[in-house]
Amino acid sequence: MAEDHQNQVGEIAEPTFEEAMAELEQIVRRLEESDVPLEEAIDLFQKGVALSKQCHMKLQKVEDQIDRILSEDGTLKPLRFDKEDDE
Amino acid sequence: MMAIQRAISVTALTRYIKKMVEGDRHLRNIWLRGEISNFKKHSRGHMYMTIKDAGSRISAVMFAQDNRQLTFVPEEGMKVLARGEVSLYEPYGQYQFYIKEMQPDGIGHLYLQFEALKKKLQQEGLFNPELKKPIPKMPKEIGIITSPTGAAIRDLFTTIKRRMPQARITLFPVLVQGEYAASSIARAIRLANELKIVDVLIVGRGGGSIEELWAFNEEIVAREIFASKLPVISAVGHETDFTIADFVADLRAATPTAAGELVVPNIIDIENRLKDRTEQLILAMKRRLTREKEQLDVLRNSYAFKQPQLIVRRKEQDLDRMIDRLEEKTRALVRERRQNFNHYQKLLSKHHPENLLTQSVKDLRQMSERLRRAMRVFHDRKKSALAPLITGLNALSPLNVMERGYALPFKDGKLLKTVHHLTPGDDIQVRLKDGTVDCQVRGIEEATENG
Repeated sequence: MAEDHQNQVGEIAEPTFEEAMAELEQIVRRLEESDVPLEEAIDLFQKGVALSKQCHMKLQKVEDQIDRILSEDGTLKPLRFDKEDDE
Repeated sequence: MMAIQRAISVTALTRYIKKMVEGDRHLRNIWLRGEISNFKKHSRGHMYMTIKDAGSRISAVMFAQDNRQLTFVPEEGMKVLARGEVSLYEPYGQYQFYIKEMQPDGIGHLYLQFEALKKKLQQEGLFNPELKKPIPKMPKEIGIITSPTGAAIRDLFTTIKRRMPQARITLFPVLVQGEYAASSIARAIRLANELKIVDVLIVGRGGGSIEELWAFNEEIVAREIFASKLPVISAVGHETDFTIADFVADLRAATPTAAGELVVPNIIDIENRLKDRTEQLILAMKRRLTREKEQLDVLRNSYAFKQPQLIVRRKEQDLDRMIDRLEEKTRALVRERRQNFNHYQKLLSKHHPENLLTQSVKDLRQMSERLRRAMRVFHDRKKSALAPLITGLNALSPLNVMERGYALPFKDGKLLKTVHHLTPGDDIQVRLKDGTVDCQVRGIEEATENG
């Protein structure tokens, strides 16, 4: 399970949700400025749409992530609060 | 007896004693340790009690203006530390302890420990705001260091899952109170840093007494939080509880539930933000395109684009007029030229070269005639002048002289005119009238002067 995380850390190329959002905001700001040449504006727009999709995917992606508890023997075991969930 | 006559009143004695007690500066400001009994709070707000220990007791009073500052409710049997002064209540002739401030005993000790550690760590720079690590905005992996059975983990779990179901929680179970709590918490922080399986740590527990929260005031916990590479959010007790852990942590949450709200954003908010940005993006592009289109329309509607026919029409007219003018000019020019031509043709025909030629031929013939006549006259005259000259010339000819017997001597082809050019033995030629004789000189005799 530690490996999972290391894989995530390894994927530096893919921007995090926040980075993608920040870039999207910057693109919106640039588009709202009038002095961007039209061709560039279209490129920016396309990139913005891609980022928006990317962000949306990230939000939608509910991974099969089971909450864990570190047990006394040092292994990670599933963590559940069944009673509370049912209430 | 003098002594009996000098007897004083109870009041006087009491006043005397009061003066003595109040005059003793050791009794003016003392910390008293004991246990509360006979506690009574008067309707007007003053508190009355007896403070006792195993060997003695003292009446005590804490006036309303002082007991308003109390952070706990005094109870029967409670061990307390009270600061105040000793004085006398005259009507009862009773000495009393007038309490200015009071705190539960034991906590006083802890309180001093807390202040000392806080001061020490602050001086060391463990609370330095510049050293606080930023909390990730959307952590996917959240580590929680708390009791697996307490209220804190449930509050955190519920809050985090409600706000961001994608976030995964990893619980590091620890003891949160008791003798081994601090070391257990410190170990878990270290372990979480070693495992590196979470993005952020929440360290805390639910509400409790100051003793129950004490582990979070321990130095080893503070130092482990400070050493943590992972950002740490503290979440200890209630809003009013401040622990050393709160000061060292990168972010303090008032309660575990608050920590859950701080650690992850609300997914709905995020979704809305994304939706807003996307809408803004599309709107900005639409606006841009609209503006470009408008500008294009403006250009299209400009005179040149909208009324090209008008311009052409006008230009056509211009062209027609110009062609007219051109034709007119041309005609005028042709007319003028033709007139000129006629004029010059007339002039020219007057000077036709045929006339000149006829005249010249005539002139030439006359000239030739005259030349011929002149030549004939000149010839005749020269011929008649020549006849006497020929006669004279014949008389002078050497041939005629030689007819008469004269000879001409030559030497080497040259006519000899003197004997000085000759020496005996020279070969000479002598020409006669009818031939030449080769001769040799035999002797030379120069003629005399009159010879």
